[in-house]
Amino acid sequence: MSLFWIPVLLLIGVFVPLITERFGRTACAFFTMLAPALALTQIATLLPEVLSGQTITESLAWIPAVGLTLSLRLDGLAIMFAMLILGIGLLIILYARYYLSDKDAMGRFYAYLILFMTAMLSIVLSNNLLQLWMAWEVTSISSFLLIGFWSSKSESRKGARMALTVTGAGGLALLAGLLIIADIVGSYDLGTVLASGNMIREHAMYPVALILVLLGAFTKSAQFPFHFWLPHAMAAPTPVSAYLHSATMVKAGIFLLARMYPVLAGTELWFLTVSLTGLATLLLGAYVALFKHDLKGLLAYSTISHLGLITLLLGMDTKLAAVAAVFHIMNHAIFKASLFMAAGIIDHESGSRDMRKLNGLWRYMPYTATLAMVAAASMAGIPLLNGFLSKEMFFAETLHQVALGSLSWMIPVLATLGGIFSVAYSLRFIHDVFFNGEPIDIPKTPHEPPRYMKIPVEILVTLCLLVGIFPSFMIGSLLQAASSSVLDGQLPEYSLSIWHGFNLPLLMSFIAMTGGLLVYAYRSRLYRFQSQFRETDAKLIFEGAVQALVRQATALHEWMANGSLQRYVALLLVLTLIMTASPLMELNSAAGHLPLQDVNGIEITAAILLCISALATVILHRQRMVALITLSVVGLIVSITFARFSAPDLALTQLAVEVVTVILLMLALFFLPQKTKNESSPRRVVRDLGIAAACGGVIATINYAIITRPFESISEFFLANSKTGGGGTNVVNVILVDFRGFDTLGEITVLGIAALGIFKLIARMRLAMPSADEKGRPWSEDRHPLILAMISQSLLPLALLVSAYIFLRGHNMPGGGFIAGLITSVALIQQYIAHGVDWIKPRIKVDYQWLIASGVLIAALTGAGSWLFGKPFLTSWFDYFDIPWIGEIELASAILFDLGVYLTVVGATLLILANLGKLTTRYRPTVEE
Amino acid sequence: MEALYVFCVGMLTFCGIFLCLRGRTFPVVLGLTLLSYAVNLFLFSSGRLQLDGAAILGISDSYTDPLPQALVLTAIVIGFAMIAFVVILAMRARADLGNDFVDGREPPDADQAIKPTRGKV
Repeated sequence: MSLFWIPVLLLIGVFVPLITERFGRTACAFFTMLAPALALTQIATLLPEVLSGQTITESLAWIPAVGLTLSLRLDGLAIMFAMLILGIGLLIILYARYYLSDKDAMGRFYAYLILFMTAMLSIVLSNNLLQLWMAWEVTSISSFLLIGFWSSKSESRKGARMALTVTGAGGLALLAGLLIIADIVGSYDLGTVLASGNMIREHAMYPVALILVLLGAFTKSAQFPFHFWLPHAMAAPTPVSAYLHSATMVKAGIFLLARMYPVLAGTELWFLTVSLTGLATLLLGAYVALFKHDLKGLLAYSTISHLGLITLLLGMDTKLAAVAAVFHIMNHAIFKASLFMAAGIIDHESGSRDMRKLNGLWRYMPYTATLAMVAAASMAGIPLLNGFLSKEMFFAETLHQVALGSLSWMIPVLATLGGIFSVAYSLRFIHDVFFNGEPIDIPKTPHEPPRYMKIPVEILVTLCLLVGIFPSFMIGSLLQAASSSVLDGQLPEYSLSIWHGFNLPLLMSFIAMTGGLLVYAYRSRLYRFQSQFRETDAKLIFEGAVQALVRQATALHEWMANGSLQRYVALLLVLTLIMTASPLMELNSAAGHLPLQDVNGIEITAAILLCISALATVILHRQRMVALITLSVVGLIVSITFARFSAPDLALTQLAVEVVTVILLMLALFFLPQKTKNESSPRRVVRDLGIAAACGGVIATINYAIITRPFESISEFFLANSKTGGGGTNVVNVILVDFRGFDTLGEITVLGIAALGIFKLIARMRLAMPSADEKGRPWSEDRHPLILAMISQSLLPLALLVSAYIFLRGHNMPGGGFIAGLITSVALIQQYIAHGVDWIKPRIKVDYQWLIASGVLIAALTGAGSWLFGKPFLTSWFDYFDIPWIGEIELASAILFDLGVYLTVVGATLLILANLGKLTTRYRPTVEE
Repeated sequence: MEALYVFCVGMLTFCGIFLCLRGRTFPVVLGLTLLSYAVNLFLFSSGRLQLDGAAILGISDSYTDPLPQALVLTAIVIGFAMIAFVVILAMRARADLGNDFVDGREPPDADQAIKPTRGKV
């Protein structure tokens, strides 16, 4: 069976509890356990292979084009974690069956739990950096759901949000770090990355990558100063705490450190950062744990402390330290899970977690008490228990440290100090809860839990004992395989025996135990000392920081997006200026190598006219009618410019569009105020002038740089193939209707859509119609001057004829569908102006919407027609025919396409203008029309 | 010649952008029109400025670049559709909102800081 089945099986398992919830709680728990159990069996069958030193990898191409593969890897480290995750996960499912009350949504709880388990397992099995990161993020999200499971409680929501924020932010840092590493190595494949340790460590970006990856690991593993989220995550149901804070979640960070150990470790920076962070976390956690009155609070800080211990071990410069770290990962997972479960039982059966109230429970639940005491003793590092072994190794390793130079002696001393507090809080867990008088004022009379609720604890405690007494037999080979993958195969000599003779580590253990006893005995003095400090609530500080961030972000957002178009446009322009100015500054000179052409008087005159009329439009823009006239002058000169520089098609188009635009704007002006008030503050005017001038300057510079440089164009192709391939000599038109016909089809569709949109806007418009102009003069009574009416009427056939001529010759000479359409439109609009809608309406019975639709349809069908001949869409066809008396003529399919263009342009233009004109008449468009 | 040409393009851009930054709709429409002239001339000039050339086969020795011409031709028509849409939108906005400010409301004093109204925590 493939490795891929393991995560897939678990993923399917997410839905099992949701489906089986209806069959009752026990059945639900049973079925939920199936998927992890199967996965664990599958892992177990692979165990011998992995223990013999092999690494099983499998990959599945996902998006090979960008180097993304789904890839799994099962080596010693991965299999150790996988067994912890699945094994403890199974026990947690059993435990939660009895822990959750009838009111809790059990199916949902199990679904979250399995989802989390899947994500966690995907992290450890991942053989690809991005895949690892994805799974990492899923653990953040699913742990958020688990911590906030009792979502009606405020502290659950806050705790969940804090955990998500801290670990999520760390996840982003991790992503950046992993991307840098992948960039250095050139691959996301973990195998490749692990083999390129030297390349990464010697790279200039190594410190950045290291810090980013460490940020991800430290936030997840609750290392100082990011430890504050972990105690608040205790708002979760206890099974969740037992799972998240023993074998999973917080161990993900540790796993990452161990996974990247062959690549990132081995430098001064690694040792200093990791070991000092670990040491600080170890001491802080151990010290604070002693003062927590909440059972879970104590365990939370003890978890922080032990995570610090593992981190410190990974940050030490000896191979044996890494072995000890791996060993302690296992031991801590086992005893901490059982302790959390025991705390949950106590909470469940007595109704309180406050150690000031809980006393003397030994008499009520001796069996649970025994289990809890063994586990707590393991946490304290008492001989014959697993915690003792790894702690002994830890003490031994602290003695060999040189990372702090002459100050290195501090490490063992501080480690012993941490050990003292560790013993003290373990002692408190035992003595304060199970002995020390009678329970005070607790809600329930404590009693032993249901039989099966104890089973998970029993199993784990048995493991504590077995590993503690027969270490090499129980986990020797697993530890060897796991450590070997952390150390890249170079395993040091070590011995797992319980007795190493009288030596310094044993003395340190002894000091820790005696010291712990003393500290616990005199704890009331310590409490008094500690009570002088004001307790800071991390939740408040965190919420305050988040709110401050949101306030600042809101303020920034309100400043940028204040609903003012002017501000948006100005900001966009300034940004564009910044982006374009910097590459322009790198350009040595705007002028290129092309020889400049001479200027003659006409051109200078045209340019002056253009500039004057453009400036006049700006200066006079408050008198809207005058500005419109000056604007039309600009348009005319632009049209002349096109004619001057060998573009007759453009000149014709511009001329026709100019007429239509000015008529349109004039019509619009009838409904809009005739003048603009002077509203801009001088400051605003200066700012806008500045932005506009800078933009103008930049555009002119870019344009100059372009047109003075030689270029290679693809136009040679069009020139060469226009006649032979498209059958026309007007290359511009052939490009439009043939080479780039698909673009044109899109453009006329857009034109049609715009016209229909305008029609829709006009249809519901309720405008006040001014009865007089702004000076109070009534509109002229002579609405349709006779001379204008007569001349335009007689011009119409001529105009239509010209239009038809332009249309027909367009393929070979300047002209074509666009221009012909515009000329027809202008001629018809002329009739509207001269005669009025009342006169036109009975005479032109064309529906313009229909015209647009048929135009687009004709063009599209012409294109589709080529399918009939087995050619691609829009393949054109042409041939020459000899017709008697007329001579040889050319027929091309492109002319049909051009007809479509023509009809659309006519339809769109008239739909816009005629309907706008009709607004003042009884033919005004309505929604129904 | 080239310098004169780009000066005109720059001038049109300047005038267009300045008008686009006004607070009432009609000047913005005028500005957009000027800006579209500038854009069309700019695009057109990417085929370089050529006198007495042609994009018609067989009538001249020197050909101009037909591609920018074809692109600008459609750009002119689409530009017209855009101007038409914007100006009708402006009319509609005035009909529905009762003013012709681009923001649809009296602008707050431009230089005053705007107090946050949304997104309170």
